Amino acid sequence: MMEEVQVAKAVDARGSFCPGPLMALLGAVRQQSVGDVIALYSSDTGSRTEIPLWVQKAKHELIAVRHHEGYDEFLVRKMR
Amino acid sequence: MADKLAMVVFSGTTDRLFPVGILASGAVAMGMDVEIFLTFWGLQAFSKQAQGAPPRFSVDYADMAGMFAQVLKQKNVPSPIETLAKAKELGNVRVYACTMTMDLLGQTKEDFIGLVDATAGVGEFMEKARDAKMTLFI
Repeated sequence: MMEEVQVAKAVDARGSFCPGPLMALLGAVRQQSVGDVIALYSSDTGSRTEIPLWVQKAKHELIAVRHHEGYDEFLVRKMR
Repeated sequence: MADKLAMVVFSGTTDRLFPVGILASGAVAMGMDVEIFLTFWGLQAFSKQAQGAPPRFSVDYADMAGMFAQVLKQKNVPSPIETLAKAKELGNVRVYACTMTMDLLGQTKEDFIGLVDATAGVGEFMEKARDAKMTLFI
């Protein structure tokens, strides 16, 4: 159940263009503790493929991707 | 050791500097180190004097320059140097100023913004770029 996920940090990168949302997520993940969930809001259409790829490459966990009107929401758990 | 992206930045117009900031960001995000050699016009864009100037576009794109400058402003797009500064904040990005250009123009390291880490001759940069996975001339 997704309702159980507690977001430690929400990053609103809507309106920012590539590579803004990716770098905002990178910065937020750096600052949080292992186990924390970071929510990223992005209106950059590239994020849809880029964020999952980055999460995989950086060895974190993509908990959920939710599509909203005009933006996407990515829930990422910091794993290391 | 992390993979490395090396860039020789020769051009100083905004259109050419955009990829420098963006590619450095992508490399940092993907865990790569970045080595940047600023030379000629590319180096001048990093002078203290050049900061705050409106975007300048190559004459090749003159027909679209006005429109593009307006879009950048309207959509609050960070400047290439701001984008590069952010990448440097989050990753291992080293920026070198070409000593030959500096000598020609009588410049010293103090003439450039803090983003510039050190000065380097071409041989020195080649040594740093020798093991790069990707090398770009912009």
